[in-house]
Amino acid sequence: MVTVIHPNLEKTDAKMNAKDVSVYYGDKMAIDNVSIEIPTKYVTAFIGPSGCGKSTFLRTMNRMNDTIPSARVEGEITLDGEDIYKSKMDVVQLRARVGMVFQKPNPFPKSIYDNIAYGPKIHGIAEGKDELDAIVETSLQRAGLWNEVKDRLADSGTALSGGQQQRLCIARAIAVDPEVILMDEPCSALDPIATAKIEELIADLNGSYAIVIVTHSMQQAARVSQRTAFFHLGKMVEYGRTSDIFTNPLEQRTQDYITGRYG
Amino acid sequence: MSPAILLLLAVGLGLAGWIAARSRAWAFKREAAAGERLAALPTYHAWYVALWIIIPMTLFIILWATTSPYLINQSVLASDAAAGLPAVDFQREALLREARAVADGSRPGVFNQDAKVLIEPFREAISRNNLIGILGSLIVGFLGGVWSFLRLKPDFTARTRVEKTVMSILLLASLVAILTTLGIVVSLVFETVRFFGMVSPIDFLFGTHWGPDPMANPENPDPTRYGAIPLFWGTIYIGAIIAMIVAIPLGLMSAIYLTQYASPKLRSWLKPALEILAGVPTVVYGYFAALTVAPFVRDIAVSIGISNASSESALAAGLVMGVMIIPFVSSMADDSIAAVPQAMRDGSLAMGATTSETIKRVLVPAALPGIVAGIMLAISRAIGETMIVVMAAGAAANLSANPLEAMTTVTFQIVAMLTGEGSFDHPATLSAFALGFVLFLVTLGLNFVALRVVKRFREAYE
Repeated sequence: MVTVIHPNLEKTDAKMNAKDVSVYYGDKMAIDNVSIEIPTKYVTAFIGPSGCGKSTFLRTMNRMNDTIPSARVEGEITLDGEDIYKSKMDVVQLRARVGMVFQKPNPFPKSIYDNIAYGPKIHGIAEGKDELDAIVETSLQRAGLWNEVKDRLADSGTALSGGQQQRLCIARAIAVDPEVILMDEPCSALDPIATAKIEELIADLNGSYAIVIVTHSMQQAARVSQRTAFFHLGKMVEYGRTSDIFTNPLEQRTQDYITGRYG
Repeated sequence: MSPAILLLLAVGLGLAGWIAARSRAWAFKREAAAGERLAALPTYHAWYVALWIIIPMTLFIILWATTSPYLINQSVLASDAAAGLPAVDFQREALLREARAVADGSRPGVFNQDAKVLIEPFREAISRNNLIGILGSLIVGFLGGVWSFLRLKPDFTARTRVEKTVMSILLLASLVAILTTLGIVVSLVFETVRFFGMVSPIDFLFGTHWGPDPMANPENPDPTRYGAIPLFWGTIYIGAIIAMIVAIPLGLMSAIYLTQYASPKLRSWLKPALEILAGVPTVVYGYFAALTVAPFVRDIAVSIGISNASSESALAAGLVMGVMIIPFVSSMADDSIAAVPQAMRDGSLAMGATTSETIKRVLVPAALPGIVAGIMLAISRAIGETMIVVMAAGAAANLSANPLEAMTTVTFQIVAMLTGEGSFDHPATLSAFALGFVLFLVTLGLNFVALRVVKRFREAYE
């Protein structure tokens, strides 16, 4: 069965393009033939019940599935037209261009400063201490964390609150100046106030980066995204503008999910 | 009547109590109104009574078995037959021992005719004592059984009481280990104090010449021959420096390979193989050091132009000790690297770091406390190691930084002093206890710090 694409969906610049992507864990199929264009200037949300494959699909987009030995990807995913699964692809470079924020905040057990400086250091982005300082400051500012931590940059990143840790992780991802940011349920471990701050931050970042967010919360998808894809049982059921998906779903399963009949 | 038979009796009586209490509890159950339940299952009632029989009986039997030899002797000595015994202690003891052996049947007849008159009193005393043992333990067991049996009621909380008893038995078991350690410390301290009464601690701890003479006059030891600095240095040089130069990099690298690079299949082979190293008896390492590594080290030294290279060297002992210690370092490092959350590793990889960058900048720093603790435990193991140094490092107490020279360690000298020719209260022999005490304090300190570090580390990710 083919994904239903909303007729209202206008053509935009695609940053990433997935074509007929299937993912297997051993013999088990986790993603069944998904094709999607990730627009450059928008936030795209993947919604769907647990185990529908939305996180798996997200992880194929920066090849984080490579760390799972049994995972196998078929089909083609391109970043600016370049196949990221071709054998000559430099995975390290790819991940610098396609950053990722995880479900549970995972700051390194280092100082706040070193958490941000980590990426620029390993990629040789900053030349000299001054430039590194500047990157740290801008990244923290963009993540809305600067005012809270500017006096204690030497403190451990793990000492921050959960919400601050997650913003630190977003700042860390921004610091290497990626083109795409993948967010895997970034608010599922946070309280409502911290969640609101992250959502605000996503709204601020929108436009500068192509953002893909996996979320369990339909309200969150409706609030932060302009495009929504609904996944179910490893298939992408429906894809379109967020407003269309939530107000006028074409598929019965989408309708059932967003009205809370299951999931 | 041996205590073992009495203990069997205790178990038998306990079983009887068990069965009786169980059927009583079942009777409660049958009599209970529909819907009512006993406070504890019948089995718990049964165990409660059985424990009340077995534990007091066992205690009584232990008391009886430890006091009866003394009581028997006393009663024989008080008898008329003992009036003619010699007054000299050891002669009297010998006669008593002999007569007793004949009386309990472990010897066919007497050698010393004087002992003959004592046999009959001994027989009487032993049979009286056996009677006391049997009757006493039966009475104690019976009282315990009856008392506990009478307490059984439908609402009796036998379950929690059995739980408490089990807990105290377990506590007792763990106390044994702790009390043994305490006993070791006390005996060490006692002998060490005796030694320091003869040789001042300052001469011992800061002197630089070691050469106790077990034949010298024990009344007036020469304190300049009891300087332990060369031993401490040899121990640290071999165990904490040379061995660690081998063990830390190899152990760490193998841990990193095993946790980060090896496929699960390879890991399932390599890890046990590495752990086998820890199971090799140290004396076997000793052979290897003495027969293979030490000559090899000497040959290398000779070939690079060091003519007087010894066939016993600190280097050979340290190298082999390092290999022996690898599994300690690697398994602690392995555990602590594996304990760093996967999220940390994913986070670093998702930043575009390579695996080796991730290891160097994230995993190892995060696992550092555990790694350090492992190294400290390894050092304390290495400086307590004896066989390798006995076989490969030599006995000469040299204070030198040259790894090709023979050196000796604290553990080696403990063995040498205790098995030496000096009498037991000679300062040369007693110095072994002082050395052991210092070694004990150092390893205790290292283990203590290591455990503290590990504890703090464990809290970090919870």
